[in-house]
Amino acid sequence: MSRIARLVALSIAACLPAALPAAAADAVFTLVIQDHRFQPPELIVPAGKKVKLVVENRDATPEEFESHALNREKVIAGKATATIFIGPLKPGRYPFVGEYNEATAKGVIVAQ
Amino acid sequence: MFATAVIVFREVLEAALLIGIIAAATRAVPGRNRWLAAGIAAGIAGAGLVALGTERIAEMASGIGQELFNAVVLGLAVVMLAWHNLWMSASGAALSADARSVGSEISSGRRARSVLLIVVGLAVLREGSETVLFLYGIAASGGGASGSMLLGGVVGIVAGVAVGALVYAGLLRIPLRWFFAATGVLVLFVAAGMASQAARLLIQADVLPSLATPLWDTSHLLPQTSVAGTLLHSLVGYEAQPAGMQLVFYVSVLAAIAVGMRWVHRKSEPRHARR
Repeated sequence: MSRIARLVALSIAACLPAALPAAAADAVFTLVIQDHRFQPPELIVPAGKKVKLVVENRDATPEEFESHALNREKVIAGKATATIFIGPLKPGRYPFVGEYNEATAKGVIVAQ
Repeated sequence: MFATAVIVFREVLEAALLIGIIAAATRAVPGRNRWLAAGIAAGIAGAGLVALGTERIAEMASGIGQELFNAVVLGLAVVMLAWHNLWMSASGAALSADARSVGSEISSGRRARSVLLIVVGLAVLREGSETVLFLYGIAASGGGASGSMLLGGVVGIVAGVAVGALVYAGLLRIPLRWFFAATGVLVLFVAAGMASQAARLLIQADVLPSLATPLWDTSHLLPQTSVAGTLLHSLVGYEAQPAGMQLVFYVSVLAAIAVGMRWVHRKSEPRHARR
């Protein structure tokens, strides 16, 4: 690798603030995917707090949790569980979908 | 079938646009086509492997493996694009003056080709693995509809590649005098957009604070799911509801590469003047 490339890599790294460790006591909420549907379809979470969302995919096929409102996107393999951190959210409704089965896999996170 | 085509199209588009831009930007590099093809092939093979290993990758680093993996892939692509732009700034003047003079810069040309290979490979790897998973899901769930849905997938891939080809053809129409400056600016914005995406993944993994969620909300003005929104997202990293940290990454990378390009360009100027 050339000197230039190393220089670029270093300067990019220098621009980034040091990674902060996760806060220990995040509120945890669970969503289950079964038969290409989310359970519960409406999840109430506290506003103004970071929330740890655990998504358990009980289907055999992969799914992609996607929400433009939450600015989140994550592929979840079949029969697997994924963790997604969201928020802190302003009070409101944040719809999400399972992109691979958008017709049925719909839900909304309500921050209040 | 239509829904499938749209999803696959969205996944393919980003990689296709990047390949279109990179293919145009490296038009003067000898043997470019072979390296481009090799990059795409390596990317597809890698996408298959990543799709196979999704579960294992996701489980790494206590559940945030997928975010870390994708952020690293994006970070590598940003570094490669930055390197490409710096190299072009150093030799761009010579390239515009005479596209053939690259032949004399064989050693730098060789390096540019490996960068080309890696950038294209990474782009295909990242977008491709999601497409593979999606199509695998359809095929695995079986049923009568899966045939037409897989056909939708093919339509999506073809449409995505067609847009990439259009961008490539459009870029080639730019007069040679401005050509490398124009593709350089495009690559600069693509790199900044990728840095912002990497930041989003690291926020999602709770490795970085979001700073503000969202910093602005233009989802009613220009939704990211619209055609214009999708294109702008791929080209300049537009997001309707970005986090503050994403803007920090975007601006930092944009500024770092732009400053680097000017610096390298100024340093190489006396050499060209002497010719």
